[in-house]
Amino acid sequence: MTAFALSPSRLAANALVTVGAAVIFVPLVLTVYLSVFDETIIVFPPQGYTLAWYARILPEFGGALRTSGLTALGAATISLAVGIPAGIGLSRYRFRGRRAAVTLLLAPLTIPGVAIGLGIFVLAVLIEERTEWALSGSVWLMVAAHVLITLPWVVRLCLASLANHDRAAEEAAASLGATPLMVIWRVTLPAMRGGIVAGALFAFIVSFENLEMTLFLTAPGLTTLPIAVLSYLQYHIDPLIAAIAVAQIVLVGGALVLLDRQVRISRVAV
Amino acid sequence: MSRLSLDRLEKRYGDTVAVGSVSLDIAEGELVVLLGPSGCGKTTTLRMVAGFIDATAGDVRLDGASILALPPHRREMGLVFQSYALFPHLTVARNIAFGLEMRGTPRPARDARVAEMLRLTRLESLADRLPRNLSGGQQQRVALARALAINPRVLLLDEPLSNLDAALRADVGRDIRLLQRASGLTTIMVTHDQDEAMAMADRLVVMKDGFVQQTGTQEEVYERPATPFVAGFIGRANMLGGALSDGIFAVEDTTLHLAGRYAATGPATLALRPERLSLGPPGPAVPGSVAGTVELASYLGAIREHLVRIGPDRRIVVRDATAGPARLHHAGESVAVRWGVDAERLFDAAEMPLMDLNPPGWSVKPGHSRLDAIQQQQ
Repeated sequence: MTAFALSPSRLAANALVTVGAAVIFVPLVLTVYLSVFDETIIVFPPQGYTLAWYARILPEFGGALRTSGLTALGAATISLAVGIPAGIGLSRYRFRGRRAAVTLLLAPLTIPGVAIGLGIFVLAVLIEERTEWALSGSVWLMVAAHVLITLPWVVRLCLASLANHDRAAEEAAASLGATPLMVIWRVTLPAMRGGIVAGALFAFIVSFENLEMTLFLTAPGLTTLPIAVLSYLQYHIDPLIAAIAVAQIVLVGGALVLLDRQVRISRVAV
Repeated sequence: MSRLSLDRLEKRYGDTVAVGSVSLDIAEGELVVLLGPSGCGKTTTLRMVAGFIDATAGDVRLDGASILALPPHRREMGLVFQSYALFPHLTVARNIAFGLEMRGTPRPARDARVAEMLRLTRLESLADRLPRNLSGGQQQRVALARALAINPRVLLLDEPLSNLDAALRADVGRDIRLLQRASGLTTIMVTHDQDEAMAMADRLVVMKDGFVQQTGTQEEVYERPATPFVAGFIGRANMLGGALSDGIFAVEDTTLHLAGRYAATGPATLALRPERLSLGPPGPAVPGSVAGTVELASYLGAIREHLVRIGPDRRIVVRDATAGPARLHHAGESVAVRWGVDAERLFDAAEMPLMDLNPPGWSVKPGHSRLDAIQQQQ
């Protein structure tokens, strides 16, 4: 069976793949394992197993979950409303200042979240001092800040989805009597479908999971899930943290898998 | 059905002239092909007619009324693109229905029209497929059906066959021609391919560097090219630069004896159609002949092709039908290349064609020199 004999290089490759897979999956498996320990502090081996930790997620983190979800939803929606037209405009037209616009729209990707968070916080305080408008700690500021970090994803994915778009189809539609708005609605947007769905999803996830920037924007009664988890961890280390992590992985992972079936995100998001 | 006229239509980008003053009248139901190498302004002209590019000057009139102020979606023109440009997310039937939907055609009428277009383009069995599951030829037929479904006033074809392979090209070209004829559509087609242009056109417009070189039927542009460029671009031609004097065309040390008589003298360009030249044994310097040596001989099936050296660094191509009496000459053989007046075309230094002064009817069949004619008369 020489066909199955493994050459040294083949062996090395297999070993590398195994190690890589282990690095990725062992923590995940361990998290799932921990989340069912029947212990209030994590001890090996556990006395028994329970699903009770999952039942405690909502009572403990319900508020933060809601804040996170609504913020992410708001940020993703606004990002789409701004990012889709921006993507169409930037891919269609060559104008003065186009490069600057692209750089500006994508810049937040390259700036550390802590720096953005601090900057926004300082700005909010300055505005507050002058206008007496309770900006810091408001949900509006939170959503606005999140738009800043989600918008680059939407713009980038929309631009990518139009990279191979044949503008001749738009011209064909126009020649067939479609008004410019109709052309966008019936031809351009369908062509961008993958990018839009992927962009919305990435925006939601980026917002939902953001920690560093959001640290500067929370207030009593306005706490997102990652921050609630962080503060919980300061006082407790128990399987509840593992349970909420698993819940989050399942939700986000499930959404990704479903959407990938729909639009092949893996192809758009390269 | 409409009459379309371009009146001194012009497009400049800064100092660059993309299209320089193109005037053209297209009759109802006529198919005019704009032909030229890339960058000659043919596509820019088409896009100005379609409304995607604003003209710098001039006018486009449809049945006498200017349409330049109308946006593309109100010009009622059917467009077919090189890239097919189908809507990838819509089925074949929905693609064809698109223009009717935009016009608010009621459902029953729309369905009937789509069915009719599917039948005319022989696409009935593919109605529910998506474009990506079709071959190139099928996609272009869908694009044609989509453009024709709205009963456009003018049909614009932008290199419609260029993406298809050779076998399909003839098929789809014939489909386009038949449907265009049947619906009596005034049509402009743009192509760089002269075979395509010759096969499709009622009339050709040969363009170069933004300007029209010649407008005419296939026969006119082939038999009486207006410029050396047209002579080289339509059909094949051996182009020789030299000096003309008294029936003699001198290219450096080589002397060609012209078949026709010309009044002009001085620098000129001679175009010789390879397929109207013939080879024979070396002989006297009769009109319509030059002496040479065969360098390459190829048997190409329907035709023979000889490369004949007529000067130190001067070669001409001779092509003749294998069905004729001639034989394949071998390399190194001394020959005389002979031709009649219909094989040669002379242009003066200003690229204006020079006219043969012989009385019409003097020349005889292609491939025969005037000497043969004289001998036959004797």
